Amino acid sequence: MGIKIKSMKYEDFGDNESLELLNTLGDRVFMTTVDNLINWGRSNSVWPLTFATSCCGIEMMAAGASRHDFSRFGIEVYRASPRQADVIVVAGTIVNKMVPVLKRLYDQMPEPKYVIAMGACAVSGGPFFYNTYSVVRGVDHVIPVDVYIPGCPPRPEALLYGVMQLQRKIKGESFLKPGENANSIL
Amino acid sequence: MTEEIIKDVIIGESEDYIINVGPQHPSTHGVLRFEVCLQGETVKYLIPHIGYIHRGIEKMCEAITYPQIIHLTDRMDYLSAHINNEAVCLCVENALQVEVPERVKYIRTILAELNRLASHQLWWSAFGMDLGALTTFFYGLRDREKILDIFEESFGSRLLHSFVMPGGLMHDVHPNFQKGIKEFIKYFRKKLPEYDQLLTGNVIFHQRAKGIGLMSKETAIAYGVTGPSGRGSGWSCDIRKIAPYSAYDKVQFNECLETEGDTFARYQVRMREMHESLSILEQLVDNIPEGDYTAKMKPIIKLPAGEFFQRVETARGELAVYIVSDGNKSPYRIKFRTPNFSNLFVMNTITSGYKIADLVAVSGSLDLVIPDIDR
Repeated sequence: MGIKIKSMKYEDFGDNESLELLNTLGDRVFMTTVDNLINWGRSNSVWPLTFATSCCGIEMMAAGASRHDFSRFGIEVYRASPRQADVIVVAGTIVNKMVPVLKRLYDQMPEPKYVIAMGACAVSGGPFFYNTYSVVRGVDHVIPVDVYIPGCPPRPEALLYGVMQLQRKIKGESFLKPGENANSIL
Repeated sequence: MTEEIIKDVIIGESEDYIINVGPQHPSTHGVLRFEVCLQGETVKYLIPHIGYIHRGIEKMCEAITYPQIIHLTDRMDYLSAHINNEAVCLCVENALQVEVPERVKYIRTILAELNRLASHQLWWSAFGMDLGALTTFFYGLRDREKILDIFEESFGSRLLHSFVMPGGLMHDVHPNFQKGIKEFIKYFRKKLPEYDQLLTGNVIFHQRAKGIGLMSKETAIAYGVTGPSGRGSGWSCDIRKIAPYSAYDKVQFNECLETEGDTFARYQVRMREMHESLSILEQLVDNIPEGDYTAKMKPIIKLPAGEFFQRVETARGELAVYIVSDGNKSPYRIKFRTPNFSNLFVMNTITSGYKIADLVAVSGSLDLVIPDIDR
């Protein structure tokens, strides 16, 4: 039967030799850092906010639908309220009248929060860069952006790739020492 | 006395209660804001606030050339992008009096109908989801991807394909074009009855949709509500019938009319239009004539001085393009009469007196695309 975890003394948990003994005896134990565990959870359940201003929103819907199944990456739960969302996918043009609304939505989201700029309009103004008086030339003038996805509109595959890049970024974060790279601790 | 106190103070029925729906709200399909005045649960009046996606397209068009305008038009009503392109192209061709080849007319009509189908499929998916039926979303978008495959093969883009140019098309279609459409028609003929089984006969759906948002024929005409929303009130306003363009004079199709004028009637019009679009496609797909894909055009397009007007039927109603030219390579002034702008402002009339929950059903049945309103 081997040693049961319940019968182990509390102090022995800090001892690697005891853990190795446990492993060899057949109990399933593995070791990791807190950062890795938290990042594994966070990166695989990124819930987006339903925030679509124009055409890119249709491709975002297509990414969530039958063929390009969003939920394989754990981000299928579209939230209507910013208080329940982790990531805001800015899909479409942002104009001057929309800026206060976008800023407020971003401020209402709980930490940790991420921003994906989807499409040429959100990246830089796109087709509305020149000759217009109302378009914000890139959403990074308003809120900090983590991942940029080019295209007009980007394909659903591009959005999926952008989400994977965001997951990579989340996996590099450190929970215990904010601002440091988690992988440098290992 | 006590009853009055209960009514006044506790329920607050005598007071007006104003709530904002939007700009970020899933049921508005974009960034639209409704200022709704409620009395209890009943909508007293409703003010739509627009401009949250105003990009100044009409002003931008004054600084760019006519072929460049094409690329801005499909960012207005992105769900019927092709039809928007066609409207500007037809207007420019009328002004220059260019005769486009027959092949171009046929292909344009086929693309317009495919686009209308894709738009109605997406509307059906979103409308079901507005009323709480999530399954419609997956059914509708599954079939929509088949149309996008045909688009992608020929134009290299899924949603916004600025494929129509003044004088014709940008390039010829893919050799598999006809085969792909025939396969799609066969596929979708089988899938369309599924839509009816899933939603049309549903009792809950009937209760949410029947008798809600009544719009009389007079109201539709007064507000200029065109497209399937206007035809649901019995107003015969199909531009394809009244002023045929491209190859619409060569095909047989019925204008779908319903007389009830409620949310369910507008739903029925769109469902029947999908059948009609399929039959138009069937009539055209085998008869595409051989020939050039574009007429001979000058490299720099200059319109003669004057005023030019063209209207087409998009998936949401009548889109009119009005160009004032002073003889230069860019227009002096361009005006788009977009269908959604007129369709939106009837909301106050047709939702007043109904419950707040019906607001979602009514706005879903009008099928609003917000960048088309603000331009």
